[in-house]
Amino acid sequence: MALTREEVLHVAKLARLNLEAEEVELFTRQLNDIRAYVEKLQELDTAGVKPMAHAVPVCNAFRDDEVTPGLPRDEALDNAPSREEGSFVVPRII
Amino acid sequence: MTDSLYSLSISELAPLLARREVSPVEVTEQLLERIAAVDGQLNSYLTVDADGARVQAKAAEARIAKGEGAPLTGIPLALKDVLVTKGLRTTCGSRILENFVPPFDATVCARLREAGAVFMGKVNMDEFAMGSSTENSAFGPTHNPWNRDYIPGGSSGGSAAAVAADLCIASLGSDTGGSIRQPACHCGVVGLKPTYGRVSRYGLVAYASSLDQIGPLTKEVRDAALLLNCIAGHDRRDSTSVDQAVPDYLARLGREIKGLKIGVPQEYFGEGLDPDVASAVQAALKTLEGLGAVLVEVSLPHTEYAVAVYYVVAVAEASSNLARYDGVKYGLRAEGRNLLEMYGATRTKGFGAEVRRRIMLGTYALSAGYYDAYYRKASQVRALIRGDFDRAFKECDVVATPVSPTPAFRLGEKMADPLTMYLSDIFTISANLAGVPGISVPCGFSGGGLPIGLQLMGPPFGEEVLLQAAYALEQATEWHRRKPVW
Repeated sequence: MALTREEVLHVAKLARLNLEAEEVELFTRQLNDIRAYVEKLQELDTAGVKPMAHAVPVCNAFRDDEVTPGLPRDEALDNAPSREEGSFVVPRII
Repeated sequence: MTDSLYSLSISELAPLLARREVSPVEVTEQLLERIAAVDGQLNSYLTVDADGARVQAKAAEARIAKGEGAPLTGIPLALKDVLVTKGLRTTCGSRILENFVPPFDATVCARLREAGAVFMGKVNMDEFAMGSSTENSAFGPTHNPWNRDYIPGGSSGGSAAAVAADLCIASLGSDTGGSIRQPACHCGVVGLKPTYGRVSRYGLVAYASSLDQIGPLTKEVRDAALLLNCIAGHDRRDSTSVDQAVPDYLARLGREIKGLKIGVPQEYFGEGLDPDVASAVQAALKTLEGLGAVLVEVSLPHTEYAVAVYYVVAVAEASSNLARYDGVKYGLRAEGRNLLEMYGATRTKGFGAEVRRRIMLGTYALSAGYYDAYYRKASQVRALIRGDFDRAFKECDVVATPVSPTPAFRLGEKMADPLTMYLSDIFTISANLAGVPGISVPCGFSGGGLPIGLQLMGPPFGEEVLLQAAYALEQATEWHRRKPVW
């Protein structure tokens, strides 16, 4: 079940990426090659195998709820492409 | 000898600094001169911080004079540009972070600063650590110092090349699927990927958070132990760093390896293994056997599925981690008429082809209807891979394998075919999926004069035995003494 051009465009939209026309062709082919390779996993019977998301069994890492100094606002804003009055500026949304 | 201080290892340089026979300022100046003279041919540095390095070297000199030196005081290091450094540009090899100047230090950088190390600058890498050749850097590829038509490996290719070419004394890299061990192997240096959770990832720009680990690339095994001594340990800023005592990683170096059980998995010695690599690795195993180690056959039956698991798990995590590059808080912004257009334009302009491909793959693997078939299935197979290692380590102390199926390949050779590139990591990916430590140590050269490495993998938190075995091999051979000729 190969990925179609439309699916590739849909995935690009979900990922907030714009693809050039020739890139759509290339990515469709390459993603299908990789997907076909990954299908290999279906050969294995994994019924009853607990999925492993992490290599170390860490559950919650709790700490005391103490106030400690954070990054000063000005420093946090220093790398912003656009800032105003201590805030990040983004293009109009509504 | 004072005219080639740059060629020394940490272990060779540290006593000279401590005895004040050599000043950190002298070493730093020599390195700066050498970088200026030579790095144009390699492109290992993305940023050389000459001013910063001079200030740090002076401070180290004063500290040593006061008798307050630590083991790494005055040692010039190069940092992979994936580690954030306060006030020093950190690009991650990407256009999207081309002008990013971090407001804080990664925990490993803070620890090294405290120890008095000197940061020469930031070194090249595949964009966001995605690649096996450093060709995916937005700032041009790094060349292999042994033959400049060849790749240095990746993604920590800048680190490996800079160490091999004596453009730093040692380096830190990061390893998500082999990104420390494979370039170390291809450049003829030592590379250690610690156990997942051994070193804090705070300030390591995230690629695949359940796989990423920081580790040293060095000129000799002892240096890797010295650096690990400094960077290992729990950090409350990384909840996945494990709160477990840090041993002295130097303690077992030089101890004999008589009776040490070395597992040899046949799955790593099959079809597709370059004959030069096979014979160099076999020779290394013979050397270890000659030192009293016992070779035992072990099986890691799910090895052939590791690459497939990785290209689901790693890309899924990447697609989520890289969602933060949206042109708002830091990094590049491309203009758009509204927020959505701005996101799309920024990410399209800022990310290179491989990064976009992996984000796409990951987004697909996590999207509605495919999650179970891909992400869940891959996570289950990942558990099987971990199970393989758990069983193997009941029968042996370390597992020995090649690092890479072939010596370094030519620049450009695999760029058109991502899958072929991915498959070159087949021997290193499993350690990341299982979370176990691995080290690459030089064990020979190909007929074409390119370095070959032996990989040793150990049980979780088994760095001591890895270093002990790697040191034994290194001391019994001369490979690590060879230098590329300029």
